[in-house]
Amino acid sequence: MKKYFLKRLAISIITIWLIATCSFFLVHALPGNPIAVNSSKILSMETMERMTAYYGLDKPLWQQYLTFMNNLIHGNLGYSYKYPGQTVNGMIKSTFPISAQLGMQAYLISIPLGFLFGIAAARKRGKAIDYLLVGFSALGVSVPVFIVAALLQMVFAVQLKWLPVSLWRDFSYTILPTLTLALGSIAGRTRSMRTLMLEIINEDYMKTAKAKGLSNFMIVWKHQIRNAMIPMIPMMGLELVGMLMGSFVVEQIYAIPGIGSYFVTSIQSLDYTMVLGLTVFLGVFVVIANFIVDIIYGFIDPRIRVTK
Amino acid sequence: MEKTYESTVTDEDFVRVSNQEKDVDAIVRPSVGYWENVWRKMITNKVAVLCLLYILIVVGFAVFAPMFSQFDYDATSLKEGNLLPGTNHWFGTDAVGRDLWTRVWVGARVSLSIGLFGAIIPEAVGILIGGIAGYFGGWVDMVIMRIIDVGICIPSLVYITMLMLFLGGGPITIIAALALTGWMGSARNVRGRIMQFKNREFVLASRTLGGGPFRLIFKNILPNIMGQLVVSITSGIPMAIFMEAYLSFIGMGVQSPMTSWGQLSQIGASLLRVYPYQLYIPGSIISITILIMYIFGNCLRDALDPKLGNWEVGK
Amino acid sequence: MSERLLTVENLEVSFSAYAGEIHAVRGVSFYLDKGETLVIVGESGCGKSVSMQTIMRLLPMPPAQIKNGTVLYKGQDILKKTDKEMERYRGKEFAMIFQDSMTSMNPTMRVGRQMTESIRKHQKAYGTEAKKIAVDMLAKVGLPNPKQIFYRYPHTLSGGQRQRVMIAMAISCKPSVLFADEPTTALDVTMQAQILELINHLKEETQTSVVLVTHNLGVVAKMADRIAVMYAGQAVESGTVRQIFYEPGHPYTWGLLGAMPDMLQSRKEKLYTIQGTPPDLFAPPVGCAFAARCDYCMKACLKENPSEYTDGKGHMVRCWLQDARSPKAEAPEGVIPIPLFPEGGALNG
Repeated sequence: MKKYFLKRLAISIITIWLIATCSFFLVHALPGNPIAVNSSKILSMETMERMTAYYGLDKPLWQQYLTFMNNLIHGNLGYSYKYPGQTVNGMIKSTFPISAQLGMQAYLISIPLGFLFGIAAARKRGKAIDYLLVGFSALGVSVPVFIVAALLQMVFAVQLKWLPVSLWRDFSYTILPTLTLALGSIAGRTRSMRTLMLEIINEDYMKTAKAKGLSNFMIVWKHQIRNAMIPMIPMMGLELVGMLMGSFVVEQIYAIPGIGSYFVTSIQSLDYTMVLGLTVFLGVFVVIANFIVDIIYGFIDPRIRVTK
Repeated sequence: MEKTYESTVTDEDFVRVSNQEKDVDAIVRPSVGYWENVWRKMITNKVAVLCLLYILIVVGFAVFAPMFSQFDYDATSLKEGNLLPGTNHWFGTDAVGRDLWTRVWVGARVSLSIGLFGAIIPEAVGILIGGIAGYFGGWVDMVIMRIIDVGICIPSLVYITMLMLFLGGGPITIIAALALTGWMGSARNVRGRIMQFKNREFVLASRTLGGGPFRLIFKNILPNIMGQLVVSITSGIPMAIFMEAYLSFIGMGVQSPMTSWGQLSQIGASLLRVYPYQLYIPGSIISITILIMYIFGNCLRDALDPKLGNWEVGK
Repeated sequence: MSERLLTVENLEVSFSAYAGEIHAVRGVSFYLDKGETLVIVGESGCGKSVSMQTIMRLLPMPPAQIKNGTVLYKGQDILKKTDKEMERYRGKEFAMIFQDSMTSMNPTMRVGRQMTESIRKHQKAYGTEAKKIAVDMLAKVGLPNPKQIFYRYPHTLSGGQRQRVMIAMAISCKPSVLFADEPTTALDVTMQAQILELINHLKEETQTSVVLVTHNLGVVAKMADRIAVMYAGQAVESGTVRQIFYEPGHPYTWGLLGAMPDMLQSRKEKLYTIQGTPPDLFAPPVGCAFAARCDYCMKACLKENPSEYTDGKGHMVRCWLQDARSPKAEAPEGVIPIPLFPEGGALNG
């Protein structure tokens, strides 16, 4: 277990370093003076030079890199060159909580519903409820989010006028985006859980459990559902991360000022340093989350500990 | 010893029969080969056949519809903006008067190609690199696997962003991003399988007879993991189409006047409340196509799984 | 020892599959007395395991179907019980040791938990009490430091240890009948002997009846009271060990006996082999299932399946050769073993 832990830790640290370094050099390898490229106004030579010095762009690249890494270690992700005065940290502070709230709401709905649907479909295999849930999950994974969002907006906001169409103010504004974001995840989980449940029915240990005289409920609950859930844990971690970071599409459609839609805006407006900072933030976030999930998984599934 | 029941056997029947005279040994059930079995399962599965038919029709339209259309996909006509679907423009026109029927099928070319290449390229790269790692083992394997360990942890978002900044949006960027993120999983998989097969008797036999690494990988091992590969490619296609749709939707994919299903949906979504058909048409085509590919992939997976199928009743 | 525990009468089980029905068990009858060991021998796919699992009602239905037959246990027809009622029998009255201990144990559950599950269910013992019973059982099957093993996961144990745990699990609620479904197939030879020894020992200690399924006739001579030989879903011969080893009546049994390596056999001699493969149970032959492979085949054998001939001393043979009208046929030379100890000794016939 200790070896496994150390290995995961080493990989995570290397990954974070790699993400930061590659992003840094790639962004700096982009052609053109970042200030000239970024600024909407034509600047005088003097202002240009002052700004170049201010951002340390006159220094050699390796020194800039060291400064960047040093800032990173201290939790400073950099500045926007496009909108002077804006910092990446400030931007994250104002946009991330919104994405996180949306993601968390969607996640909390999707976890129980996904498992429940999957278990129900597998238990009632071949019955009407199974077909219904399988149909739902097939639709859920094959209809793109923007169509789902458009339909929900059409029905609940435009026609029924029950809920607001877009923006992010009070709780009622969060309902449609949450549903949109949760739907795909519920569908996916229903499908995986059903498949895993049906695979486990054929395992020898299910027969052993039955031979012990356990009740059907105990067999299903203690052996089948438990073992079907274990391989889904890594996926659950990844999903949480994806949802917390905000779905770009959902935030875009509902005009939610989350980190996802800000990220897209930054790319579209060629705010390179902002993109760099946000990429590093999101990347590190994913890596750390994955690390935690791996460790938890190692605890839950005893087989991992010896084989790795 | 006594006999306990009435029978039709008479005294004359107690005569020895030589081995040649018996024909009871005839094989009752013809033995069916693996691929033959897969083919039979697919052909007899109505759902799979219908799905395949649909896919062929969509591909056919993508190839031929723009050729036979009287409008060019990028010909604008401001007088004819936002026309509803009708006899002249079957799917209507967009805001600048471009014919949507033509654009949907030109977009299909882009989306389907991205789907195909976005699924095959990462798989091919994965087979090659995984094959090298698995076959040579030792430090080669070590280095490749450590690179993958780290690379797989980098979120795909990082790859996409970086490629986007460098190459700009477009089909090539999307395929490159898919390849960059997708090859690692498949390489890991292929390597694992090769490790598994490497010391099997049939591979050893081939090596004793002087079979080189390529012969080993392509002749001996690949056929054994073919089923798995087919499944991962078929499930990769809709995923790649999805990816394109999302990237184009947030304006990071295909750029106008070129088009794709995702880009058409994006424009449609912005006009949803005025001209809903502009989202509904491309949107339902994407959804149905992906749904059908997903069902087809499931049928294929069931057919390829030797453990499944034979025991299923009425499948 | 004559209390009749279990009577299986004319059991027929089939599976529905793509190409039709597989007739896995086609009319099997046997009985089991208290404290007795019945060994069922036959090659793979002859319906041994299916019969066992039908008695414990472990087969998923569908695809399995019980076509015919009765299974009487202490006067109750087991096949008429509901699934809920069966829970009282499984684990408590009947227990089963499976072939592959690796896949037969839940990989994500500690050994102890898997044991106490049934202890809690059948003995109403909980907490430390249940643990004590489980640890005692682990000690009883000869595992060193049972307290430690109680907390281990199955994959951390060796094959032999796991099989011992399986046995401990099976006997933890003191079942009346222990089904052992090829319990030693997955183990190496020295381990096989130890495990069989253990089962035999436990059986004598607890007066449990044992049904041991195996395809290896050699290993069971010592512990079996009676032997049933199965072929293509039917019992073709059954009787005491002495009857089967010294007066075998069915050509298939001759084949099995002949195929056993014999210490006294000279090295030059080849082992006897049975030609061909068993029939396809999708469409079992009209006549005797063994006819196609039989060197003594007669017209009658192809025409009709023989019925069971019994000699009044409990020796049953399902073969036309037993009919008075058939020409004389003797077991080929070298099939009947030369007794090492003519007065019984190793064989308790």
